[in-house]
Amino acid sequence: MNIPKNLKYAATHEWLQVDGDKVTIGITDFAQKELGDLVFINLPNVDDEVAVDEAFADVESVKAVSDIISPINGVIYEVNEALMDAPELINEDAYAAWIVKVKDVTGLENLLDADQYADLISKEG
Amino acid sequence: MKLIFERSVKGRRTFQMPASTFPKRELPEALKRKTAPRLPEMSEVAISRHYTKLAKQAFGVNSGFYPLGSCTMKWNPRINEAVAALPGFARVHPLQPRDTVQGSHEVLNKAREVLCEITGMDDMTFQPAAGAHGEYVGLLLMKKYHEKRGDFQRTRVLIPDSAHGTNPASASMVGFTVTHIPSDENGCVNLDALKAALDDTVAGLMLTNPNTMGIFDPNILEITRLVHEAGGLNYYDGANLNAIMGWVRPGDMGFDVIHLNLHKTFSTPHGGGGPGAGPVGCKEILRPYLPQSHMGEWDSRRPDSVGQVRAFFGNFLVVARALTYALTLGKEGITRTSGMAVLNANYLMRKIEPYFPPYYNRICMHEFVISLEKVKKQSGVGALDVAKCLLDYGMHPPTMYFPLNVPEALMVEPTETENRETLDEAAQAFAEIFEAIKNDPDSLHDCPKTTYISRPDEVGAARNPIVRYQFD
Repeated sequence: MNIPKNLKYAATHEWLQVDGDKVTIGITDFAQKELGDLVFINLPNVDDEVAVDEAFADVESVKAVSDIISPINGVIYEVNEALMDAPELINEDAYAAWIVKVKDVTGLENLLDADQYADLISKEG
Repeated sequence: MKLIFERSVKGRRTFQMPASTFPKRELPEALKRKTAPRLPEMSEVAISRHYTKLAKQAFGVNSGFYPLGSCTMKWNPRINEAVAALPGFARVHPLQPRDTVQGSHEVLNKAREVLCEITGMDDMTFQPAAGAHGEYVGLLLMKKYHEKRGDFQRTRVLIPDSAHGTNPASASMVGFTVTHIPSDENGCVNLDALKAALDDTVAGLMLTNPNTMGIFDPNILEITRLVHEAGGLNYYDGANLNAIMGWVRPGDMGFDVIHLNLHKTFSTPHGGGGPGAGPVGCKEILRPYLPQSHMGEWDSRRPDSVGQVRAFFGNFLVVARALTYALTLGKEGITRTSGMAVLNANYLMRKIEPYFPPYYNRICMHEFVISLEKVKKQSGVGALDVAKCLLDYGMHPPTMYFPLNVPEALMVEPTETENRETLDEAAQAFAEIFEAIKNDPDSLHDCPKTTYISRPDEVGAARNPIVRYQFD
């Protein structure tokens, strides 16, 4: 399973690249495998606020629609619009296909590191 | 097979119209279309054959067993059609003088009486055209109730994680935000999570009972009491009413507002894109907010109505069919219907159990859920493969990948209209598939082999949908 060491993770299968009070969020390789081929993504807008445990986007596969949950608080300052036309980018490389970039971030305390996340999915998977 | 446009031959006609005896009048230039509509041109026999061919390639309740979980694909008795086709019902107009359509009004009133009795509600509107429309209208009643009390801060709706996707969608459409309530280890509402979520911002709870696991929530009275104590209302999604008719009533469980899916529970046409009917029933406290004109007359005593949600009376002939069904069965028959639906589900669940055990191993209601999670890990064969393979046994697959909180789920709802032989055949199909998974799992990825189309490119269709004919 592909779980880069330099990233942080959430139990709801998002990855986070933390850079001071700025964070880039995507979904993990495990999550994209579980979801299967993605056919649609519903993205938020720049300046939308995200809050811990609240959905900020959703992805649709042939099976189902799934929420993407924010592990942190903050304000979105960039959205990966390219995913609108090509949600399959997430299937191709989940760690390159970031979804949003968030600033003024708080609530980073409860994130998992790569080893803890690997532990978690070995129980689920 | 060829599309209807590909069968079109320019100039070919079904009807030969006689020459008009009226003088020709030209339309003003601005009203004329620039090009003729591109309609297929065919003879009557070619049209008939085209649709017959399409029908042969589709799978319906007429073709075989159809245990599509949560959809209640029961048999629709033909007497419903005979009644709905009576000229007194079929050839009326909603603007006809009321004294010439007394029979149709009687149908609506009688249906309201019967369905209120079955559900324990005080009043009902037949305007909503389908289940999701009903949810929307029911939630509007809820919203209006809080607004009239000045309770404007009640903006949250609680929905269990096993709910139908339409529930959160409808709540969002009405302007509520959704809080998901996790299931407990039995697949029912987690009471602690419910208590933690309840406060004075909660407008209400949306619930279907039995839930999508086919389990009747034993804490239902406590659940609805807790919501009421927090000042919220309880909404009953009638999707699974087929399990409980005549045995227990949503009104007695503490629900304030419900919608029914007449096309599920009351055997009206289903699965062909409609028309459906999603009547909304409510308790006395919500009656003032019911849609206006819902029984044909503007009622000045209800100035707080949420307004008209559909023209006239809704899909009247659907209601006529549903009433025929209810009256044909009678009180005892209605009760027996639900009893048989539950018995059939339990019978099939236990017959399948040696191969595919139920996700929650307990007595189920009208449907049950199995999970292919372990099978998939061991063999690579998932819910999708098993579903596709069942088509080769002449049966429609169960609902797949739902409910969302069960991985690799298959959700089976046999309904009361299937006999023991059919259930035994279905169990045999599951047994044979189980053997195939053990012996040659890869063969399942090629199923179905006997259908006109094997595996359509579902991903391609969803990513690049072509929804109309591509003219050159």
